Amino acid sequence: MAGDLTPRGGHATRTAAATAVNPGATGHATAWSVASGPRGRAASSNEWRKRLEIAFFVAPALLLFALFVVVPVVQAARYSVFKWNGLGPLDDFVGLQNYTNALADTIFQRAITNNLTIAALSIAIQLPIGLLIALLLNRKFRGQTAMRVIVFVPYVLAEVVAGVVWKLMLQPEGAVNAFLETIGLGAFTQLWVGDSGVALWTVMAVLTWKYVGLAIVLLLAGLQGVPEDLHEAAQIDGASWWQAQRKITIPLLGPTIRTWMFLSMIGSLQLFDMVWILTKGGPDNATVTMATYLIKQGTERSQYGYSSAVAIILFVISFVLATLFQTFVLNRDAGEDKTAKRRKKVAR
Amino acid sequence: MTSVVNQPTRRSSPARSGAGRRRAVSPWVYVASVVVAVGTLAPVVYAVLSGFRSNGQIGANPVALPNPWVFDNYVSVIMSSSFWQYALNSVIIAAVTTALVVVAGVMAAYPLARYRFKGRQALFNVFVMGLLFPLTVAIIPLFLMVRDLNLTNTYWGVALPQAAFALPMTIVILRPFLMALPNELEEASMLDGASRIGFFWRILVPLSGPGMVTTGVLAFVASWNGYLLPLLFINDPALKTLPLGVADFSTEHSANTAGVLAFTSLAVIPALVFFLTMQKRIVSGLQGAVKG
Repeated sequence: MAGDLTPRGGHATRTAAATAVNPGATGHATAWSVASGPRGRAASSNEWRKRLEIAFFVAPALLLFALFVVVPVVQAARYSVFKWNGLGPLDDFVGLQNYTNALADTIFQRAITNNLTIAALSIAIQLPIGLLIALLLNRKFRGQTAMRVIVFVPYVLAEVVAGVVWKLMLQPEGAVNAFLETIGLGAFTQLWVGDSGVALWTVMAVLTWKYVGLAIVLLLAGLQGVPEDLHEAAQIDGASWWQAQRKITIPLLGPTIRTWMFLSMIGSLQLFDMVWILTKGGPDNATVTMATYLIKQGTERSQYGYSSAVAIILFVISFVLATLFQTFVLNRDAGEDKTAKRRKKVAR
Repeated sequence: MTSVVNQPTRRSSPARSGAGRRRAVSPWVYVASVVVAVGTLAPVVYAVLSGFRSNGQIGANPVALPNPWVFDNYVSVIMSSSFWQYALNSVIIAAVTTALVVVAGVMAAYPLARYRFKGRQALFNVFVMGLLFPLTVAIIPLFLMVRDLNLTNTYWGVALPQAAFALPMTIVILRPFLMALPNELEEASMLDGASRIGFFWRILVPLSGPGMVTTGVLAFVASWNGYLLPLLFINDPALKTLPLGVADFSTEHSANTAGVLAFTSLAVIPALVFFLTMQKRIVSGLQGAVKG
């Protein structure tokens, strides 16, 4: 993605020739190679024209992006150092007080802990399940295509819609408890979202149901890139199916797994919809996340300065974790052709 | 499912059975598939079936089949004007968002992919940075801004921020796509006297159709499922979107389990139909996004 993939050597002369042959094209064709130096008035008006075109094409996106992404993010940083209820002038400067207050708030500390727990557990729970199902679906069997669609259904449903159904099923008198009674596991019935000791685990379970499909779909895509002859070689050497998976397939999935982990981690830190629907952060703040805390402080109590500070902390945590992940995990993939390496190893 | 037997098993021809994946599939694969499918679909099936029951039936036994089948819940949702209003609002907002994202996205991706100019990479990085800013971080200032622009309780108030936050991913997907189109096309159209703008409209836009559909589908799904923006920016019942409508309906009618499940099931249908028709696009879009 980075860098310029399109070689342009020799274009200058060719397009110049084109201009000579076809006067109608004057002013357009040569602009491809403007970098090669001034060429009189035609070239400079050409340069201007090119700039205008670039501006024309980029303007709508840039405007939309600046107005609704960049400005609000900058504003959040600005609000975060004021005490402000959203009305009247922004004049009660409090420095970093909102930040220190937030970090000292036990509920917000709980929110950070919850987010980090959810991020870690998402990976720890979904990766083995996802891998197992992906390996299963990667074999040829009847109904394989249907299964690929089915496992992805929860991911496509809106979190709110899925959350509402789950909430009803998890009621004390709801389907989950009734089902447990029916199959003789009545001892396991719970106040799934009403018990502060259980609620976070319930949220985790629902999130797993909702998001494991994404892991499966991405891993299946990664499996497409695992060359089949490796399996043949392994089999000729007498490896079992599981040995082949463990020694060849799973290691080759490394890049896909790491990319998915990254997505899962960032998503976990921003978790809002599902928690808001299932528990609103309760009971007793057991499932509070940074995002639900932020929204509550902002909208229900109109503490815009304070909740902006929370937003910035949320951003900083995401940014730091993303950067650490980039540096120490994702960069392992750069510049090294794992497939080729692994091939050699197997060939030996 | 018995055709499995026809395939050569590994034991019968160990050396020539071909790649591992083409071996006979053990019945466990099917058992596991059924378990996975049931676990995945159970909540959806439960919601749809329970919509056909009365609250009395659900109260008596939450996990039985409808007996007798009750159609009142679905009928009353279908007859209610608010359900259709929510659906229409969702369609309009998602369509506006998608149109904005695709048009602005492909326009921006064009010079970023095919013009050489100073600061090109920097400009691209500006958009990539957007991937790091979650909506939640910007939501409070956005809330105040939309209020000050008098866009609260309008389609634009939701669609514009949604489009803006969908842009980075769109550009990240579209740029390599446009870069991959062969240079010969460009040269040929130049020889035929087309301007770069002409080239953009007549050749590039039609050719980048698949890329635009993929990004469009992703933006549409994200908008359709969006909750946070409508939650904060819309309080006029006439403008609620489906997710907002489902959430509000479920709190307002919390005692009416069957009614809520019928309402929710019907709200799921458009998303499921859309997904089933577009699933290849959605999946390839996600995979493309990950491969970058």
